[in-house]
Amino acid sequence: MLQRVWALLIKEFLAVLKDKRSRVVLVVPPLIQTLVFGYAATFDLNDLSMALYNEDPGVAARALVADFEGSPHFHVTHTITRQEQIETLIDSREVLLVLHIAPDFSRELVAGRSGPVQLIVDGRNSNTAQGALNYANEIVLRFNREWNAANGLRALPAHIESRAWFNPNLLSRWFIVSGLIGTLIMLVVMNVTAMSVAREREQGTFDQLLVTPLTPLDILLGKSLPGLIIGVVEATLMVLIVVYWFDVPLRGSLWTLYAGVVLFLFSAIGAGLLISSLATTMQQALMGSFLFMVPSIILSGFATPIANMPEPVQMLTLIDPLRYFMVVLRGVFVEGASFSLMLPQLWPMALLGLVSLSFSAWLFRHRLN
Amino acid sequence: MSAIRLRGLIRKEFLQVLRDPSSIAIAFLMPVLLLLLFGYGVSLDPAHVPVAFVVEQPSAATAQFTGAFRRSQYFQVVPMADMPQAEAALMAHRVDGIVRLRADFAARLKDGGDAPIQVLVNGVDANTARIVQGYVTGVWGNWLEHYAQSQGQELQPPAELRTRVWFNSALRSRNYIVPGLIVVIMTLTGGLLTAMVMAREWERGTMEALMVTPVSMREVLIGKLVPYFILGMGGMVLSVVVALWLFEVPLRGSVWVLVATSSLFMLVALAMGLLISIVARSQFVAGMIALVVTFLPAFLLSGFIFDIGSMPTVVQWLTHIVAARYFIAILQSVFLAGDVWSVILPNSLALIIMGGLFLLLIRRSARKRLE
Repeated sequence: MLQRVWALLIKEFLAVLKDKRSRVVLVVPPLIQTLVFGYAATFDLNDLSMALYNEDPGVAARALVADFEGSPHFHVTHTITRQEQIETLIDSREVLLVLHIAPDFSRELVAGRSGPVQLIVDGRNSNTAQGALNYANEIVLRFNREWNAANGLRALPAHIESRAWFNPNLLSRWFIVSGLIGTLIMLVVMNVTAMSVAREREQGTFDQLLVTPLTPLDILLGKSLPGLIIGVVEATLMVLIVVYWFDVPLRGSLWTLYAGVVLFLFSAIGAGLLISSLATTMQQALMGSFLFMVPSIILSGFATPIANMPEPVQMLTLIDPLRYFMVVLRGVFVEGASFSLMLPQLWPMALLGLVSLSFSAWLFRHRLN
Repeated sequence: MSAIRLRGLIRKEFLQVLRDPSSIAIAFLMPVLLLLLFGYGVSLDPAHVPVAFVVEQPSAATAQFTGAFRRSQYFQVVPMADMPQAEAALMAHRVDGIVRLRADFAARLKDGGDAPIQVLVNGVDANTARIVQGYVTGVWGNWLEHYAQSQGQELQPPAELRTRVWFNSALRSRNYIVPGLIVVIMTLTGGLLTAMVMAREWERGTMEALMVTPVSMREVLIGKLVPYFILGMGGMVLSVVVALWLFEVPLRGSVWVLVATSSLFMLVALAMGLLISIVARSQFVAGMIALVVTFLPAFLLSGFIFDIGSMPTVVQWLTHIVAARYFIAILQSVFLAGDVWSVILPNSLALIIMGGLFLLLIRRSARKRLE
């Protein structure tokens, strides 16, 4: 049996790798994507373009303006002098926000009263707007504390001291980059496996394969092992990029990480083969894997938290293998989670893989048309 | 160019689409599926975030403070006895943050001693952590005002920030996710639909059969574009209908701008798919490339979820070759702001240039010859 599987394995590798273009598209894009998306995919907001509309020549206004100018989150690109300019700048998206300080701001402050500051934000991208509002709030709160202290005024009765665990600077890159490993190897491996049976069906060689002495188990192994090997190699390359290029800490053990990688690949291959055995042409296989992959990426918690989804959708995420792998990746990389802490994530992937593989083995035999 | 030949080619392509329902699934099933998943499933707005409260010495002041959090729709207060218990819960992801009021909170509050409120969040999901911090600050601000009033004082912060959010005053993330999603869906349908078609003709050997007929390459290409354009625009109309009536996203711009810019973008996406198809020659490679250049760039490099301005300069420069970027800028404005010509015109021009470039490359690489 070993010999038969070996022969099929070699044949499968030849089918995927004999063409130079196939070799290139398997290896190069995922690595480039890890690099590009690693930089691009960040929720951290820097240099948000803003305009200043300061009508107050006083000291307090100047100090507040300096606080905004000094923040890494904002970049003052325009200074305006008329109300009408606000609309033009925001409508055309030249600036995201406008800070308006009224003429009597400093006077009010010196007199011990509150001086209003107006902030106008473009809400077209609500997440960026929310982030910008939070940063602006922080700056104004700090300004107030400093103003009170400098002028001998009573401080506010209470203040907040905030700290973040595991990621003190709240770099979203750690979160996204570790998640990218799962997303990208899923794309590659599912495509390799989904195409493998569909290609044989389209070319009519699958029926020939079925009449050889190969058992369904042999075919299953021969079809899944290439994906597993390609997946493990690519995952390793990506882990190296994530750790050595992006400096994401790898706090947990490699064993836990690789247990996650292998089990995730197992379940992804299962899904890929299932799609493959249902499809009769390569186009159907590609469409099928897309219809599976896009929702699984969206529902995995890769970019948006599962906890924000409504209850029925959260239930649906339970059959998404990528969901579990995301927790493993982030747990092992950032939190340093132990193997036993990750166990609740590992067994569902094994189960999903087992179910989908057995079903596709059954389909090999029972779908001859 | 002959109208009869062209009609024959288009008819043949339509028959192929109808006999392999996977194209129809891509054009109609995928948009609806994705819109439902995204529209209902994806939200960046946390609600009912479980937060552990450690109150070391309960008093009237701490009860008032905790009450402010209980009333907020953003938080779910989980009382805990001490810090070790709360930290264990944070480790196990049972809570997303800890708020701790030390034993001297009430006393320091009374003599204006700037009482500290300790807030701990799990920083692994940095975006959520930041939003939670923002919400905590919001609740704290409201509470402070109530507290000052109850003490008979008026709270007078030196600078008082009054914010106004334009176009989406409630900061509903669905309002910006749905237009962006339409762009992602159209990139997918456009790219995927066409990516396979030329490669398939090469792989099955029917390209050679086409070559010996009198049809010109231009007719073959137009014969491929027209059916998938119709299919793709059908999916687009369906998406807009779902966006407007199911998700109640406002459409503040005009319908004709929406139709014109969508048709333009659809053409660019189809041309990209066709180019992939011609370059790849095999369905496996075409599928792989389509996967790599459509979905993830449209998702990550277009400004759909991640802010382009915050990316490093080199990556920002790279986003200019992602067609989805221009269309997202247009759609977000047309849906939420109106017909803002200063956004629509430059971005449409960029799309026209990209489309023209793709068509030029297609003309150059699609020759009637055998290798």
